[in-house]
Amino acid sequence: MKLFEATGLSKRFGDQVVLEDITLHCEEGELVGIMGPNGAGKTTCFNVLTGRHKPDRGTVRFAGEDITGLAPREIARRGISRSFQIMNLFDDYSALDNVLIATPHVRKQGFNPWRDLGADSTAHDLAAAVLDSVGLAGKERAQARSLSYGERRALEIGVALAAEPRMLFLDEPTAGLGAEGTARLAELVASLRKRLTIMIIEHDMKFLFGLADRISVIHWGQVIAQGTPDALRQNEWVARSNLGTLA
Amino acid sequence: MQLAAGRAAVFPAPMVFVLGILLSTPLWISQVGLYQYLALEIMIWMMFALGYNLLLGFTGLPSFGHGAYFGIGAYAFGLLQLKVWPNLWFDLFGAVLVAASMGALVALFISHRRGIYYALLTIAFGQVFWFIANKWHSVTGGEDGLLNIRRLPADLGIVSFSLTSNNALFYFCLAVFAVVLVALWRLVHSPLGRVLSAIKQNETRAAFVGYNVWLYKWLAFTLSAGVAGLAGALFAMAQQSAYPNVMSLHNSGFVVMMVLVGGGLVSFWGPVIGAAFFILARDLLGVYTETWLLWYGLIFMAMVIFKPDGIAGIWQAWRQRPSASRRALAAGAVVSTALVQRGADEAV
Repeated sequence: MKLFEATGLSKRFGDQVVLEDITLHCEEGELVGIMGPNGAGKTTCFNVLTGRHKPDRGTVRFAGEDITGLAPREIARRGISRSFQIMNLFDDYSALDNVLIATPHVRKQGFNPWRDLGADSTAHDLAAAVLDSVGLAGKERAQARSLSYGERRALEIGVALAAEPRMLFLDEPTAGLGAEGTARLAELVASLRKRLTIMIIEHDMKFLFGLADRISVIHWGQVIAQGTPDALRQNEWVARSNLGTLA
Repeated sequence: MQLAAGRAAVFPAPMVFVLGILLSTPLWISQVGLYQYLALEIMIWMMFALGYNLLLGFTGLPSFGHGAYFGIGAYAFGLLQLKVWPNLWFDLFGAVLVAASMGALVALFISHRRGIYYALLTIAFGQVFWFIANKWHSVTGGEDGLLNIRRLPADLGIVSFSLTSNNALFYFCLAVFAVVLVALWRLVHSPLGRVLSAIKQNETRAAFVGYNVWLYKWLAFTLSAGVAGLAGALFAMAQQSAYPNVMSLHNSGFVVMMVLVGGGLVSFWGPVIGAAFFILARDLLGVYTETWLLWYGLIFMAMVIFKPDGIAGIWQAWRQRPSASRRALAAGAVVSTALVQRGADEAV
């Protein structure tokens, strides 16, 4: 069953066509990868899919509902969460507070001006469990800005997970990570895919081909190839990018 | 602004300290050459600055026209008293409601903005209100303002207190201030306060985890305008008048300076410190020179350049410095390590 489906998406900024007739879909429980060279339109595609930009044409459906052009908060509330290529954290908050504020438990009380959130043990337990799941147990009280790069990447995913999504969009989660950090992240994503549908933009071919069920290749704002990792290994563009000529 | 982790104290030490100092002023203020009205004025400005800091310090929204809502509160209190019903509770509540409503109206037009555009729009709206106060003679009294505003008695049903003396009005305002202080303290530690602070840190992320950022910004402005209106109403009572100057760009600038100098960007208590510092500087420097604001302006500039976290920031840095005993311990460790190393070298 298709959980997520984007059909015929097009987006232009002024005269520049950034996305043209993009069609993607995700089955429930699937991990779909998106790859392509820098400037191909991958992040813009994510931005359109998650409500940051409205598409000029095309539709986006999630769990049978048309979510085209909805605001990010409305899409988030329907069960879609995302991480960002350039990290977007609440830097003055502790790791725990970053996660805490993203939980539906706190969001539902968002207009409560009286209850002491620091005394809400349910919320704290929920947030601590999320931090534990992304490998940040013991870092609860550390200020987000003081965490290492790899830990901030993990927290970025933790904030997205805290929203209790059905579907997770990850935008280049390995960007800037070393081999060890990438391996840890691969383990994390592998564990997440057991319970979530995931769409992931990634440049690291080994990482992506090891995890994805299907991969779409975007170039010049269009999907130029898609298929299983095995099928795509035969693709000319992917073969060349493996040699580092395009990626 | 980083709030303390875990449960927030209901009555934290700084709150008890501030309220204790204010409560005791009738006992000592005249003996240090000051006067009770000054303590009353400081307290009213503290309230205004605390409400303003909900917007600037906690939500990160720079309003440079907030004096307008202070003034609207003052005018509304006077007009309700003079033209509708001279009842303290009705007039105070009405003043808060009118100021919050005007704030809500303005926030409708500016809450989709941020940064410099937000700031400029707040100035523009502030000037509109100031202009109306100046020119609508039949209602506001024009440049003369509303005169003969009375200090109405606080009627509690079975007993009624006269507030005509500065001391009586001071105690009444202190009670109101204590309620506002506790309410704002609770608010910044509540889910609402945490969301506002999250929006200040990262609007984009707040939206992507499901918050209606526009609505929260609107609410922060409205609440802040309501508190400003309450402070303005008390000010009108204290001054027994309301005049255009209370909503001037000057007043809007003063509250910004109080918050920044006090350290409102890093501490809940910054506006309290800043308001006291500003009003005391005005009175103490004013004894020596009419150009006190010039000197205060220089202090403000120095603070922004060298200590942008304000007085509260200086205090926090001082408290976080390594203590003398820790420094001695660290020095001892360095010396002993050097001695061990030297011994090892000699043994080799």
